[in-house]
Amino acid sequence: MEILLDNIGKILEGFQVTLILFAGGTVLALVVGTVLASMRVSPVPPLRLVGATYVNVVRNTPLVLIFIIVVFALPELGIQFSFRLFAILAVGAYTAAFVTEALRSGVNTVQAGQAEAARALGMTFGQTLSHVIMPQAARSVIPPMGSILIALLKNTSVAAGFGVIEATGTLRELGRDFPQALYWLFFGIALGYVVLVLLVSAVFRQLERRLVVVR
Amino acid sequence: MEGAQAQQGDPAASGAGRPLVVLDKVNKHFGDLHVLRDVDLTVHAGEVVVVLGPSGSGKSTLCRTINRLESIDSGTITLDGQPLAAEGKALARLRSEVGMVFQAFNLFAHKTVLENVTLGPIKVRGLDKAAAVKRGRELLDRVGIGEQADKLPAQLSGGQQQRVAIARALAMDPKVILFDEPTSALDPEMINEVLEVMIQLARDGMTMVVITHEMGFARRAANRVVFMDLGEIVEQADPETFFSSPQSERGKDFLSKILSH
Repeated sequence: MEILLDNIGKILEGFQVTLILFAGGTVLALVVGTVLASMRVSPVPPLRLVGATYVNVVRNTPLVLIFIIVVFALPELGIQFSFRLFAILAVGAYTAAFVTEALRSGVNTVQAGQAEAARALGMTFGQTLSHVIMPQAARSVIPPMGSILIALLKNTSVAAGFGVIEATGTLRELGRDFPQALYWLFFGIALGYVVLVLLVSAVFRQLERRLVVVR
Repeated sequence: MEGAQAQQGDPAASGAGRPLVVLDKVNKHFGDLHVLRDVDLTVHAGEVVVVLGPSGSGKSTLCRTINRLESIDSGTITLDGQPLAAEGKALARLRSEVGMVFQAFNLFAHKTVLENVTLGPIKVRGLDKAAAVKRGRELLDRVGIGEQADKLPAQLSGGQQQRVAIARALAMDPKVILFDEPTSALDPEMINEVLEVMIQLARDGMTMVVITHEMGFARRAANRVVFMDLGEIVEQADPETFFSSPQSERGKDFLSKILSH
């Protein structure tokens, strides 16, 4: 038990990095996912193809492989970021594929009449999507989006294998220094993740309550 | 029937102005189904045209082709002299000139009543928000919904929602408004409040194409009744003439079915 209290500063620092990865990954996944979902429902076949290809390739690739590609391939191309930024890119790009599919299922729940009414007013496809369809689609996919972001939060732990000392990386370092207290460390770090996931769930429960679409 | 056809080309007979919506030899198929057959129709500025016909006659499709929510296979449609564009910005611009009121209201479910009415003017016309809100409130007052401006559509009754939908169409200052069975989804006691608004619009000189089964509305507000069956315009005449002495067998048959009870 004392082992956790003795190293509380280090553990909190680790979780702080986890939160940075989570926040960066979430922003990236939501932005890229929204763009890709828009492409997937657009009337332009090449855009639909790009969206579908991204989803199928990225969703079917293990996250660790994506990390390897980002961390080792991008520097080959002359793109050099910090490991932390690479990690955000990797989890964000990976999660974007899931966000895309969740949003697309949300788009399908929006009644066709909504888009017709928008088009009848003279809105372009982009305006119809951004002012009428996507806001309603997003509201209807809040529960699955919560699950996706919880998965993203836990997936940030893969970054520990790629030079980022976040919560799981901290666990590994402390475990090496205090092998006799390994179980306590596991317990403490796992508890930290549980607390964060519960926080994310609570946020989504609130969102669901406030933004539910009344039809 | 010949007499009715002749009347179509004579704007003076229906007390109307320049040709605003002109359909020429319009054909449309849904798969093997030929839903519009060589439809010619001219709607003049200020005219109120009621389209009648049995279900499946193509009247709703006809209405939807006018702002190209349905594409057509052949023929031409012009709006105020301009051919209807196939897609893109030009089509969007033409659509903004044509209001539409749907059977299912189709109010934007996530926006308040006022936002429903201001969204088009702000995003499509580029009106600044204050001006759009001012005009939106005026229009909501005009259709008797001013009190409900900050509610969501789902909190309103069907009749109120449809009046909001009319205000939303009016907010774009359209040249013509299409009504696709505007009262068919309403409870009986709410039909009149919507029809009253429509009759007032007609009196104010709005050009309207109305698909409806409401004979009372046709009698009180229409300049002309167009009767469709099996994708064709079978006959057209002023309401009194059509209701009292339909020329075609199909017209007689249709009226006997709807007026018998």
